Amino acid sequence: MNSSLIVSVSPHYHKQGATTRRVMGDVLIALIPALIASVIIFGFRSLLLVAISAANCVLLEFVWNKLFKKEQTVADLSAVVTGVLIAYNVPVTMPVWQLLIGDFIAVIIVKMLFGGLGCNFVNPALVGRLAMMLSFTESMTDYLHTVTAPGVDLLAGATPLAANGLDMSSFMTLFLGNHGGVLGETCALALLIGGVYLVVRGVIKVTIPVCFIASTFVFTFLFNGFDATTAFLNLFSGGLMLGAIFMATDYVTSPLTTKGRVIFALGCGFLTSAIRVFANSAEGVSFAVLLMNLLVPYINEGCRTKPVGGVKA
Amino acid sequence: MKKRMQILVNGIFKENPVLVLVLGCCSVLAISVTVKGSLGMGAALTFVLVGSNVVISALRKIIPDKIRIPCYIVVVATFVTLVEMVVHAYLIDLYNALGIFLPLIVVNCIVLGRAEMFANKNNVLDSLFDGLGMGIGYTLVLTAISVIRELLGSGSLFGYQIIPEEYTIRIISQTPGGFFMFGLAMAMLVLGMSRKGKKFVPEMGCGDGGCAGCGNAEGCAEKDKEAKN
Repeated sequence: MNSSLIVSVSPHYHKQGATTRRVMGDVLIALIPALIASVIIFGFRSLLLVAISAANCVLLEFVWNKLFKKEQTVADLSAVVTGVLIAYNVPVTMPVWQLLIGDFIAVIIVKMLFGGLGCNFVNPALVGRLAMMLSFTESMTDYLHTVTAPGVDLLAGATPLAANGLDMSSFMTLFLGNHGGVLGETCALALLIGGVYLVVRGVIKVTIPVCFIASTFVFTFLFNGFDATTAFLNLFSGGLMLGAIFMATDYVTSPLTTKGRVIFALGCGFLTSAIRVFANSAEGVSFAVLLMNLLVPYINEGCRTKPVGGVKA
Repeated sequence: MKKRMQILVNGIFKENPVLVLVLGCCSVLAISVTVKGSLGMGAALTFVLVGSNVVISALRKIIPDKIRIPCYIVVVATFVTLVEMVVHAYLIDLYNALGIFLPLIVVNCIVLGRAEMFANKNNVLDSLFDGLGMGIGYTLVLTAISVIRELLGSGSLFGYQIIPEEYTIRIISQTPGGFFMFGLAMAMLVLGMSRKGKKFVPEMGCGDGGCAGCGNAEGCAEKDKEAKN
């Protein structure tokens, strides 16, 4: 047996010396700007929620592996990433026990029950988010805005997706994330910084985020009756940046070939816009990415690369 | 008698209609929201199963092979109509709670499946025990799932509030929760039936006669496997 051949489940990574742990570490570093932004926008409770969620995910995976006498996998940091992503998807007022249940569904039901990292067929953090959304709709949509004008303690308002009218200052508000929403998705700037870091480090390819975001723009533009302002607004609101950069690019649940990735991202963009415009739901990105996750095996099958000189399969 | 008991127990564990044969899942997912509804549905299905199994088994030599399925349907529909009328007359709450799923027992795969797989090639008494075992197996799974779903999803048991409304996990009582619990129950059964070093592999419920006695042998993937062995 040649020892340089390693048989393992995806994510497969070809770079020398790269391990799951390193990749996940890079993702965590890329998530830091958004964390800083959320602490500035929502206060220190956001930091607390992120810490609790990450710790809980690690604990769940640890206990599961111990319980079923599996190889201990918590050191690969993937549970931390899942925990942080789940916390990024809740508003700052989220009760802690509800967050813990979201973690449980993501780590145990979606990931560990299917065999751990690499065997999950959809993104665990996304299912965690949707489970919380369906279970605790009130607390999940409690988009309080804590940093407001002096004299005002708290300001409740519609998520910018629902608001209308756009000038430069409101665009800057949206871009910097100084508005109500969930922890990690409000500050587009911070997410973009994280995305650039990931691309520079070679952790993700630009294909999925760029195609996803661009196609969302195009489709919302078309669906909204050629309204460029609304389409533009859509790019920086809701979970699009978070979903496109950190969730749709998950190795395990995205296609293997570039062609497949383009199809995947276009599908995500199309579904996101369709759900946002026609279904009157702010959950566009989550459902779109989830649905496309399920289609990944078929996309892979359809986009199989032809070997040089080979016959088309 | 020992063989009959074995048939009964098979219906509960080794050939559990819901978790091993994976039949009748539609009603399981829909009804398992409340414990009351589950028990009622379980009782109704058990009655229909036992009745149709007995009658079909008694008529198995008379029913022409080519039109056996319509014949089964007629027998099953008779029993379902009986149940429906009784429930409508005496248990109106249950009737409303079960809704469309009560008349739909006519086309429940467990009833038809047992008629085809068991009743039409076994004697009346065996078929009775098979119907009873399958019915109990169905009711047990349905009730077990519904206890968890009602408790976590609506915080109540038999309609009595136990956990305050604001601490319930609503997804559990919605459709996705039904699938979660269904999958978990399946996994638990396999885990419970597996012995050390030997994983429980569900059989497809072809019965003791093997493929030779099976009406579905033609076009059944299992038959090719048997032929190879």
